[in-house]
Amino acid sequence: MDFSYLSAIIFLPLAGALIIALVPGLSARLTRYIAALFSLIPLGIAIYLFTAFDRSASMAGVMQFEESLSWIPAINADYHLGVDGLSLPLLLLTTLLGFIVVLVSWKINLRVRQYFFWLLLLETSILGVFCSLDLMLFFVFWEIEVIPMFFLISIWGSGRKEYSATKYVLYTLFGSALMLAGILSLYFATGSLNMVDISQQGLAVAQAVMPAAPIFFLLLTGFAVKLPVFPLHTWLPDAHTDAPTAASVMLAGALIKMGGYGMIRVCVSIFPQTSQQYAPLLLALATISVIYGAAVTLRQTDIKRLIAYSSISHMGFVLLGIFALGELSLIGAGLQMFSHGIITGLLFAVTGIIMHNTGERNIKKLGGLARQIPLIALFFIIGGLGAIALPSTSGFVAEVSIFLGAFSSNTIGNAYIFTFICLLGIVLAAIYVLWLVQRVFFGSPISRFNAVLDADKTEILYCSIFIIVMFAVGIFPSILTDVLQTGIAPIASFFGG
Amino acid sequence: MSLEHYLVLSAVIFCIGLYGALSKRSAVVILMCIELMLNAANIALVAFSRYITPTLLTGQVFSIFSILVAAAEVTIGLAIIIAIYRRHETIDASKINLLKW
Amino acid sequence: MQVTMPNELVWLIFLLPLASFIVISFITRLLGNPKFSGYLSIGAILASTCLAFWALFSVISSPHHELVIPGFKWLFIDGVIDIRLGIIMDSLTAIMLLVVTIVSLMVQIYSQGYMHNDPGYHRYYAFMSLFTASMLGLVLADNLLMMFFFWELVGLCSYLLIGFWFNRPAAANAAKKAFIITRIGDFGFLAAILLLFSQTGTLDIAQLHGLAVAGTLGGAALTWAAIGIFMGAAGKSAQFPLHVWLPDAMEGPTPVSALIHAATMVAAGIFLVARMYPLFEHSPEALLTVSIIGAVTAILSAGIALVMTDIKRVLAYSTISQLGYMMLGLGTGGVAVGIFHLFNHAFFKALLFLGAGSVNHATGTFDMRRMGGLKKIMPWTYATFLIASLSIIGIWPLAGFWSKDEILASALENQPVLFVLALITVFMTAFYMFRVVFLTFGGSYRGEGKPHESSAVMTLPMVVLAVLAIVTGLLNVSGWFGSFMGHGETHGFIEGFFGIFSHPLTWVSLIMAGAGVLLSYAIYSARWLSAERIGKLFSPVYSLLSRKYLLDELYERIIARKIFYEGLFSGLSFIDSHGIDGLVNGAAASINNAGRRARKTHSGQLQLYGIFIILGITLIILAMFIFG
Repeated sequence: MDFSYLSAIIFLPLAGALIIALVPGLSARLTRYIAALFSLIPLGIAIYLFTAFDRSASMAGVMQFEESLSWIPAINADYHLGVDGLSLPLLLLTTLLGFIVVLVSWKINLRVRQYFFWLLLLETSILGVFCSLDLMLFFVFWEIEVIPMFFLISIWGSGRKEYSATKYVLYTLFGSALMLAGILSLYFATGSLNMVDISQQGLAVAQAVMPAAPIFFLLLTGFAVKLPVFPLHTWLPDAHTDAPTAASVMLAGALIKMGGYGMIRVCVSIFPQTSQQYAPLLLALATISVIYGAAVTLRQTDIKRLIAYSSISHMGFVLLGIFALGELSLIGAGLQMFSHGIITGLLFAVTGIIMHNTGERNIKKLGGLARQIPLIALFFIIGGLGAIALPSTSGFVAEVSIFLGAFSSNTIGNAYIFTFICLLGIVLAAIYVLWLVQRVFFGSPISRFNAVLDADKTEILYCSIFIIVMFAVGIFPSILTDVLQTGIAPIASFFGG
Repeated sequence: MSLEHYLVLSAVIFCIGLYGALSKRSAVVILMCIELMLNAANIALVAFSRYITPTLLTGQVFSIFSILVAAAEVTIGLAIIIAIYRRHETIDASKINLLKW
Repeated sequence: MQVTMPNELVWLIFLLPLASFIVISFITRLLGNPKFSGYLSIGAILASTCLAFWALFSVISSPHHELVIPGFKWLFIDGVIDIRLGIIMDSLTAIMLLVVTIVSLMVQIYSQGYMHNDPGYHRYYAFMSLFTASMLGLVLADNLLMMFFFWELVGLCSYLLIGFWFNRPAAANAAKKAFIITRIGDFGFLAAILLLFSQTGTLDIAQLHGLAVAGTLGGAALTWAAIGIFMGAAGKSAQFPLHVWLPDAMEGPTPVSALIHAATMVAAGIFLVARMYPLFEHSPEALLTVSIIGAVTAILSAGIALVMTDIKRVLAYSTISQLGYMMLGLGTGGVAVGIFHLFNHAFFKALLFLGAGSVNHATGTFDMRRMGGLKKIMPWTYATFLIASLSIIGIWPLAGFWSKDEILASALENQPVLFVLALITVFMTAFYMFRVVFLTFGGSYRGEGKPHESSAVMTLPMVVLAVLAIVTGLLNVSGWFGSFMGHGETHGFIEGFFGIFSHPLTWVSLIMAGAGVLLSYAIYSARWLSAERIGKLFSPVYSLLSRKYLLDELYERIIARKIFYEGLFSGLSFIDSHGIDGLVNGAAASINNAGRRARKTHSGQLQLYGIFIILGITLIILAMFIFG
């Protein structure tokens, strides 16, 4: 590969960020266009990579578009990038969201240059996480992400923004401290930081030095905070609620997927036996996340908070899919990560428009908006239908794959019991989504919202992108399943298929 | 007279100086006590030198350096005390807490 | 006569209404003229109807009453799962296609009049097309997951159409209720799908049939799968105890009630059970469950129908009751019995709803206490409504008679106790239907304004349906329908037409129906008996019935609100904000506190620091002596 596609994808947003920060006297308008340009190009490259990706069965488990340079020779840390079927959809998702959040932020007027600087830096760091094949590089990108998020929430947020931003940082650092300990243990046990090598050579050497279970849990905790898994989830509602719309979209859409991605890429691939051993525990946590998340969602009265809690429930499905350890369930987990990114991204984006245009976020004070802002209502309802996994949306394919895969998983004896309980999650999802839709959009119109503006052209554009992607994946799941399978099949083969 | 006698003398002077430095309120007395501690150290240095390496004068030379540094220290210390007195009208160490966060 | 249909055209049956939905949503909606949307939608469904007839004749003339149509890959993961979007075209599908397309066509024509000048005209026809497409997809689907796919989509359309007038809180509420309660049933359906997939690795309906017949799929797994499927069916077909959404669904426009909540979507549950019948057949427990729930539903909801004053509600409870009959027919007699009633019921029940809509169009109300005397004013509506009523109560030789008689016969043969329930229901049905007829059309007008007969665009579909309500029963007089469905032999038409009277059961059921009509006449027309006095006489029963056995209160107030919302969920929410987050914030606070205390030691006094230094050094030296 002559051209370093992945480096280009990762560092173009950073280049944009630096231009915005360093070129003096940029107008707000120009800043927005620069940000849009430097997030659109990576999206274009990512789409190209997606089409150029070799989906044939012989490429299963092989990293493509690899790049490798020596970085810190003393500890064998390399600048090593590559994507396989698992990370490519997430890369695509992140570049897509990266571009859309710039559009979402079009109306930001406070400290515009600084805002877009942080937004682009955030995109770079998330992209780096999904492309890194070196644990140290992975960790560095993982940590960089905290900084822009902190500023985005604490400066452009609302409500208890400083509290939420601090809570987010502390939670994340808590998780990543444990994760760093896990990475170092892995390094001392194997002498390597290369994820692919470690996973292929197995842990025979490592276990002689240090038992696998503690390392597994150190790493897992780091990822579990991000996913989030009950009971490490309480940062999420606060951060989502108080973050500016674009940060919520990025947070729910791409950032928390880093947790699920890490679990598959690091925990499951490197520790197959340990994963299998502790899977029942994690499945139980997944079940709790699903049901508990949905139950708490039902009590929320703030639109953003409600959607945030629903994410906990939906990410529980991801955990269920991962630790049912079947090929179909793992593919389902991958699908669910992508699909949730799109659907929740849409919901947060539309919620942002509603909050911006009506100035109200309390569900109980809204009502009858479908008459006054029909387009926004339409977008929101479509997003809601995705969230309740209605067929023809990507949510249906993803959740059904997880259910089918987890229920029939041979790897974990009683995965079907957990799956059965998780099914209740889709009933609860229907209840909270429909309740929300009814309270906000249906019923008698309220006169003080008569003059509320409907979606403008930019908003229609990005909502439509979300909706098109959601239906495309829902109606033609093979767009993603083919790619995901090349990444998942070798992992699933650890467990005999 | 053996080395122990000198060392005990040195220790006693050091402890007196330490006690004074930690307990006295007047900054000037504290400064004097610090001098005592330094002199105790000088006694120890000279005594060690005299009994352990009688042919070398390392300890004596060191104590001269030490006395020199002590003199400089007293100069600066007194200057600081005067500065504090001008500003706060007191040299009571318990009332001076500029170091507090 | 050999008729064959190209495979592409079978796909068109489903694709035409779908295309109509897409065109209306994206093109004609923006053109502005609502007429286009209506014509487009009707044109699409008309073409589908013709194709459905073609499909029926091809199925009839094909050797095993089955066309094989290859599918497309949908969810395909090599070596893991292979879900295809395919078509199963057998006698059951062909009959259902006919029901869906004909009723949909009639209802959409009728809506031209009923929805005239409604601001949501485009939206209405878009949803109608989408519904028809999904319903056809559901009927055509050849594997369970695709069936579930369309199953959910018809649920969505039902939601959208019940809540069509979304500014009315009652409509929005009813829509939500309908979706959620059917979702509870779908939970069972999906669980059954998962169970079947994990047991067999396939979701192809034909293969599952094969496995059930071969006995590979059997035992507890089969029974649970069948019960799960039935749970889905019970949700969709409003069977007890999941029936509570259907009466509320009457908040939607009346043509919608006729199409979705009387003729087609609510019958999807019956269709599902019929489609998966080989599974039920091999599980006596599941079959018994179906029969019991069916019979209980039939009589309980007929009870409520006795006292309702809203004409649509009476019809809604009547629908539930008839669906119960169908379940009973499936449980005791088999596919042909249940589906035959479904087939007949679709036409006369759709007709009844269209009649109710016509009355509403004239009087502006659904309250029967403010109607009356419409016989003369609305002769067409009256005549067609009367025919449908006679058909539903099972008067020879109308359609309802033939299918109801078969259900009673099979119930008598297999489950005598349930037969008694069904027979009582016959009496109740006759009573409440004629109560509607007498209150609405008899006597003198009690409402406001000057009612008038509806326009031809509304009466014409009613007349067509009335003809169907008379004749569709004749299909099985010779046993043809049953043999087409794969049950029984055919015999002579005349022999069947009059020979039916040689069975005592026929007389019993006719007498029960006659008695019901007579009692209704005595109370509501001739007024020999006073309705109020009877109501007072049985006041506990009356209030129980009019409050719908308190089930709505139980579900909404007690289970949903008290136990879950204010109980469990509020508890969990409290745990979340005070327990788990409390722990997190508590940890943060205690670190903060520790810091606040520790910083007191930093007094800023040098001497104190000195003491600490000395203490520290002393401790270190001591430690060196002790441990060194």
